[in-house]
Amino acid sequence: MDCNSARRHLHAYVDRELDVASASAIDRHIASCEACDTIFSRQAELRRTLREHVTYHDVPPALAARIRARAPAAPATPAPSRRLPWGAFLPRLQWLQFGAAVAATAVLSWTAGVQYASLSEDELVAEQVMAGHARSLLTSRVTDVATSDQHTVKPWLSRKLDFSPPVTDLTPVGFPLLGGRLDYLAGRPVAALAYQHRQHLINLFVWPDHKASSEATQTFSKDGYNVLRWTEGGLAFWAVSDLNAAELKDFAQAYSSAQ
Amino acid sequence: MNEQSRNEKFERLFVTHLDAAYDLARWLTRDERNAEDVVQEAFLRAIKFMDGFRGENARVWLLAIVRNTYYTWLRKNYAHGQSVPLDEESMSADDSEASYAGNEASASAEHLLHQKDAKRLINQALEQLPDEFREVIVLRELEDLSYKEIAAVAEIPIGTVMSRLARARKLLLQHLQPVRQEA
Repeated sequence: MDCNSARRHLHAYVDRELDVASASAIDRHIASCEACDTIFSRQAELRRTLREHVTYHDVPPALAARIRARAPAAPATPAPSRRLPWGAFLPRLQWLQFGAAVAATAVLSWTAGVQYASLSEDELVAEQVMAGHARSLLTSRVTDVATSDQHTVKPWLSRKLDFSPPVTDLTPVGFPLLGGRLDYLAGRPVAALAYQHRQHLINLFVWPDHKASSEATQTFSKDGYNVLRWTEGGLAFWAVSDLNAAELKDFAQAYSSAQ
Repeated sequence: MNEQSRNEKFERLFVTHLDAAYDLARWLTRDERNAEDVVQEAFLRAIKFMDGFRGENARVWLLAIVRNTYYTWLRKNYAHGQSVPLDEESMSADDSEASYAGNEASASAEHLLHQKDAKRLINQALEQLPDEFREVIVLRELEDLSYKEIAAVAEIPIGTVMSRLARARKLLLQHLQPVRQEA
């Protein structure tokens, strides 16, 4: 990627609106280009400054009371306020709260899809991925080989599978590798890598997929789980977690950049 | 629709997002009293359209009503001249490659952090942005909406969301630059 195309995506990048592959390409470019790094850092810094300093104006209590009183019939209990003390985590908490309805990139109306339409192939896989994630939580069988040593996990998986999934411990960026295991999804044995972020478990399922329907990153959400799908180098990657969509995307980006 | 489900819907559509509605109105009007007027008017409209709400994202729906109410209010109250642009010249500046070079010299916001009145200066810079730029910054940075959601609230294409954010940020950086030089 050259400077021009990197800079064309400056704002989409800092706003995390790019798909994982494009964002990783930009990461690689700015790592080696000081001029672009300066420009990208300045924008990221402006965003941080705004989020830290711009005042979030709270509703005057009298106005809130007036509006509640004017409700079709006054609700008995006040609704829980969405507002939290303004801080760095607010956007993320908002993601958690609205995660079911909102996703960062290609948003699919998952719930509506389940109820009203036949599922696309990707949606069917997404459902299996979520089931796989739930299964790993229910059975506490998160890992067959429990180690953060990527050099142990990768050969172990390669021996059991007909492909070799990329395995990188992402502890330095806040996603420690817990280990790997085998699972069975989309009609074939797949690699399942378990990562942790704070108290959240992330399962990353990997299998060869040479006829992926789309290169673009796709997101799905259902019942509080977020799923992110992307393809790279003939492999399909499906990340699933109860982590919010934005941080799951951070994970995908960190994983993809590390390869 | 029975009364209870109407109430539940009212709660879901309006009361839970009242903070977001007020904050957007407050940033658009830049005035407490006017913000209250806009929110109350938006609330009446929301009640009126409530039964027609079929969408998924109540916050986006409500913020779009607040925004529309603001522009109606603005036309009614200030028929002449909307907001004063921050800097006429910078408004016409393009975002081409050449302008990136100009950015090299512009404010590094971290210097502001060391200033005790950083909060006031940054609020002021945002307040002085023209409406169409101020609103995208508020929706993006305060409400944390995605491009798609901002496009829905502001009724503009996603490409326009991106170009307005780019322009807004450029104006903010330019505005914050003199602060750094004084420091």
